[in-house]
Amino acid sequence: MLRNSLILILILGLAAIMLSIFVDYTPKEKLGPVAEHYANNGKEEVGAANLVTAVVVTYRGLDTLGEVSILFLSAAIIGFFLKIRNEEHSKNQIVIRYSEILGTGAKILVPIIILLGAYVFINGHLTPGGGFQGGAIIASAFVLMLIALPRPALNHRVLSIIESFSGLSYVIIGLLGVFLAAGFLDNQIMSLGTFGTILSAGAVPVIYILIGLKVGTELTGIIGNLKEIQNEE
Amino acid sequence: MQNIGIEQISLAVGFILLLIGIWGMLSQKNILKIIVSFTIFETGLNVILVVIGYIRNKTAPILDTTELQTNTAEKIVDPIPQALVLTSIVIGLGVTALLLVYALKMHKEKKSLLINDYKDTKW
Amino acid sequence: MIWIIISAVLGVVMITMSVVAIHHKKITIAILSAGGVSLIASILYLLLAAPDVALTEAAIGSGLTTFIFFYVLNKIKKHKHVEE
Repeated sequence: MLRNSLILILILGLAAIMLSIFVDYTPKEKLGPVAEHYANNGKEEVGAANLVTAVVVTYRGLDTLGEVSILFLSAAIIGFFLKIRNEEHSKNQIVIRYSEILGTGAKILVPIIILLGAYVFINGHLTPGGGFQGGAIIASAFVLMLIALPRPALNHRVLSIIESFSGLSYVIIGLLGVFLAAGFLDNQIMSLGTFGTILSAGAVPVIYILIGLKVGTELTGIIGNLKEIQNEE
Repeated sequence: MQNIGIEQISLAVGFILLLIGIWGMLSQKNILKIIVSFTIFETGLNVILVVIGYIRNKTAPILDTTELQTNTAEKIVDPIPQALVLTSIVIGLGVTALLLVYALKMHKEKKSLLINDYKDTKW
Repeated sequence: MIWIIISAVLGVVMITMSVVAIHHKKITIAILSAGGVSLIASILYLLLAAPDVALTEAAIGSGLTTFIFFYVLNKIKKHKHVEE
């Protein structure tokens, strides 16, 4: 009881702070100086029609590299924990219940969902979307495959090769920016092209395709690891 | 409060979700419930961050019409908080997955999901 | 005016679902409610002129997070079943 009342006091204090912030809140009228620079010069400097993509991939590209490494790190830790558990159990074959209709439907749907994911990350610099969203859509296609098919051919070797290849290429493209353009992860190592077409914005589409492949394979790896330990017991 | 708009309502919703998330994290006993509260907390935080970048009567920062390509700064909302929230959502998934696998591991050790059963590090 | 009403309704639904997520006894319903909060938050992002964030929240925050929760829950339940 004492514990609950202490929590209540803490919540009420936080609520009072938030209420004072809420009362003082005045909506923004115009952009701040940094955002104004991005908005006015983004078209010439980056060439991406989607300004959020321009900020994520080029202006704050280093943040995105850090984000991708955090995701990689958490996938690696999850794999490590689940691998130790795997070795403790003896492998015994179990019969997985499997519906014919679900399996056939999944076989038709999986390629279409993967195509949608690829569309989302290839067009990331023109329309809403990008590498992270497209990668998540591709991972959801693999989730469908893992649920619906009896023995899904999820090859962890191929997954990890794609993942390492795209991560390495991302860093190499970033380093090329140091030698060929203004700095690390600068997108002007390729020509900017015509604004608003698919081959525009220099290296931005290439980087987003690599991020999409990396995120997709990583999330698939996490879910595949969780699935495998389920099958064994 | 005469010109109340969508941003005030969203800000209030974000703050309330934040408070509900903290309440859940502190008062629940089940580890899975604590992780659920954590995801609610995160959603509230993201809503607040998006509201900070919102400017009334302006469109999304996607320059797909020629009209938007001149004098851009006066026509779009702030793209920077949106980019940061994008990062935050993806990292949130990684952190949640990690928390869940830890919970699985803990359940394997003690066969219990209640936080009161873990007294090894209590002092 | 119409957008204010829509966002207020969405906000009320979100708050209700989050309270359900924390106080419901069944963990399955709690997880589904948390996924619903994320899904409605993505509509709110769309109203706040952030389509990129809305797409991310719908795909990652609402979809994959719920999937991973259910995988782990299923695993824990199987474990309990073996124990009993």
